[in-house]
Amino acid sequence: MTIMSPEASSQRTLYPYVTGTSVVAIKYKDGILMAADMGGSYGSTLRYKSVERMKAVGKHSVLGASGEISDFQEILRYLDELILHDNMWDDGNSLGPKEVHNYLTRLMYNRRNKFNPLWNSLVLGGVKNGQKYLGSVSMIGVHFEDNHVATGFGNHLARPILRDEWKEDLTFEEGVKLLEKCMRVLLYRDRSAVNKLQIAKLTEEGMTISQPYSLKTFWGYGAFQNPTVGAEGSW
Amino acid sequence: MFRNQYDTDVTTWSPAGRLFQVEYAMEAVKQGSAAIGLRSKSHVVLACVNKSNSELSSHQKKIFKADDHIGVAIAGLTADGRVLSRYMRSECINYSYSYESPLPVGRLVVQLADKAQVCTQRSWKRPYGVGLLVAGLDESGAHLYYNCPSGNYFEYQAFAIGSRSQAAKTYLERKFESFSTSSRENLLKDALFAIRETLQGERLTSSICTVAVLGVGEAFQILDQKTVQALIDAFEIAGEEAPAAEGDAPDQSAAGSGPTTDQGPPAEPDVAPMET
Repeated sequence: MTIMSPEASSQRTLYPYVTGTSVVAIKYKDGILMAADMGGSYGSTLRYKSVERMKAVGKHSVLGASGEISDFQEILRYLDELILHDNMWDDGNSLGPKEVHNYLTRLMYNRRNKFNPLWNSLVLGGVKNGQKYLGSVSMIGVHFEDNHVATGFGNHLARPILRDEWKEDLTFEEGVKLLEKCMRVLLYRDRSAVNKLQIAKLTEEGMTISQPYSLKTFWGYGAFQNPTVGAEGSW
Repeated sequence: MFRNQYDTDVTTWSPAGRLFQVEYAMEAVKQGSAAIGLRSKSHVVLACVNKSNSELSSHQKKIFKADDHIGVAIAGLTADGRVLSRYMRSECINYSYSYESPLPVGRLVVQLADKAQVCTQRSWKRPYGVGLLVAGLDESGAHLYYNCPSGNYFEYQAFAIGSRSQAAKTYLERKFESFSTSSRENLLKDALFAIRETLQGERLTSSICTVAVLGVGEAFQILDQKTVQALIDAFEIAGEEAPAAEGDAPDQSAAGSGPTTDQGPPAEPDVAPMET
């Protein structure tokens, strides 16, 4: 029987507090395109509206995260240290997206085994030596690699669209259009989505991230004009 | 080298700025049996002389695979070499586990060198008494490194260590400029020639040498005896240009070996002598 001292009370993650919603990403002709909105929800309140949920990692990768924002920031610190030590070797070798993805998988899985997960779903994309890479890792360490990935609601709403409409070697314009289509559906249907998003582009040259912008939405459907016709008193 | 009052422990400098214990460790490498390595852009070959103490014993392992893309040949205290090989294997597999990617050989070599350096700066340790020829592949191609007991490491096109390695080095120095674009077969041939140089006229057979190769698209492997013997025979290395020191009793005279026999097949007790 272990002796419990006051400081040894449970220090494990129980539930998330400030969360981001879906991330969607695709491979395209020159590399990776990733989209995420800038919302940080506090439960059902859409509290923070300028949260950057995608960041560059080293020279070759970009990381997008949904879930607990503070855990995402913690992961960025781990990756910062990883990349720093990688650079300190100063030997021409560098960690590519495949290596970073696997490192993250190990990180997430080991935390899960300690019953203290980092409450995120991550998307890791990158290009190295012409090879495009796109993978995802969940908070329990489940990892995938594919031509298009998404987290959270994105898996249910965006991936079906991508399965139908993604093809090899999309141009930048086609890719952005496809991602915007996915993000628009998410905006309509995901309660935690906010209409302020960024799209990150990752090519051999590096990462660029767009300025935040909004999607046009259309609410002029007939059914919305007189919603209670036929059922007075209802909403 | 002679004994002096500054050579008792590794943490004592001599007035001339030398660490004698480290130099003595390098001496141990020179006493080990020869190991050579050479590389082209896409392949690296390691070869070593492997003589057993007596006919009754097997010979010591001097070439180790650290990973599919890294191998090492040692000269000196083989026990130290084994321990360092284990370290290399451990580092390789841990890196692969975390990153799903092969450990760049340049990094492993630096890690080895730093490990060796520690032993030159602790009063309760001694330097490793083994020299390592590390052959490996990374994104930029094939590499060959030499790790010293001193903690230094160097990259080479070709190198030889151990006893009588100077003879091999002389041979390699003559030919190294062509190695970059050599084919795998020619690299193997040059390796065997270099090994032969260290034998000072003794007949080269696959029973006294070990050869390993690694390259782009080819995982590190130690070639089996049959393959090596076939290579020796094919390149006609065994007896070529040998001085008259071929007189010793052969273990086997393969019928199809075809080395230049100015002397004719040696007489065996149960076989009727042939006409010369």
